[in-house]
Amino acid sequence: MKAAIIRFPGSNCDQDCELVLREQGFQPEYVWHKDASAAGYDLIVLPGGFSYGDYLRCGAIARFSPIMKSVVEQAAKGVLVLGICNGFQILCESGLLPGALVRNRDLRFICEHVRLRVENNANPFLSAASVGSVLNIPIAHGEGNYVCDAATLAQLKAESRILVRYCDKDGNITPAANPNGTTENIAGICNAARNVFGLMPHPERACDSQLGSTDGRLIFQSILAALTKAKAA
Amino acid sequence: MKAKVIVMPKQSILDPQGVAVRDAMRHHGLPGVKSARVGKVIELELDGATEAQLHEIARDMLSNPVVEDYTIQIQA
Repeated sequence: MKAAIIRFPGSNCDQDCELVLREQGFQPEYVWHKDASAAGYDLIVLPGGFSYGDYLRCGAIARFSPIMKSVVEQAAKGVLVLGICNGFQILCESGLLPGALVRNRDLRFICEHVRLRVENNANPFLSAASVGSVLNIPIAHGEGNYVCDAATLAQLKAESRILVRYCDKDGNITPAANPNGTTENIAGICNAARNVFGLMPHPERACDSQLGSTDGRLIFQSILAALTKAKAA
Repeated sequence: MKAKVIVMPKQSILDPQGVAVRDAMRHHGLPGVKSARVGKVIELELDGATEAQLHEIARDMLSNPVVEDYTIQIQA
């Protein structure tokens, strides 16, 4: 399966994504943000980092990079799009996902392992995980506080589009387990068509036992399984 | 033409920077500070833009309508 990793000036998790995608059986390629086309890939990854130095707002300028027009077109065709951290922020800025990510409640950059509860697995990104299971995956962000209006929140819930929430080690969704003040412990959401997934935690940093967790592999394995199944059909 | 675009966090959105500034001011001898909100000002010098175009770019790029409001001040 071919995966595009979009590189913006300031992306810094691109090589981690490349390594993990290759290990998990994808054929990853880098695509520069000034390129015109992201066509021909089974998966498009917007990696983490600080695109354009987070100027204006996180992801606000990357959203206008030439490649994003093509990413939006490919998403509309059903190509899988995964936005991690800054990639999630870019997806929100570009309108592929609703809402926005604002400054953490305590104004601090937070870099630590957190627990995520899988809220839904009827999607290509978490099908290998069971609902209610708890994943150990790190976060590293200063602006990961997800906000949206009440109508959007109601719609996300009604359509089961909140895919992962921050929880404690037993899977309880509590205020204490909320690292950044995010609405209802939301860590990641998908679009209505369920082919665009954005999350603040970094699954690519949790794919090697030497890094403390291999739970991130579940996401890449789910994607590979979903793509394999779709091609066979 | 010169224009200023003022971008502020929406009233309904918690502004943690504003809260931190307010608290620091209270501790610095101004206990009566009721609130502080932190936004940004973008000063523009430009030719050949209509007011409608300015509004469009302020809405689509300079602010994020999900969390921010903007106002435009045009100075001849």
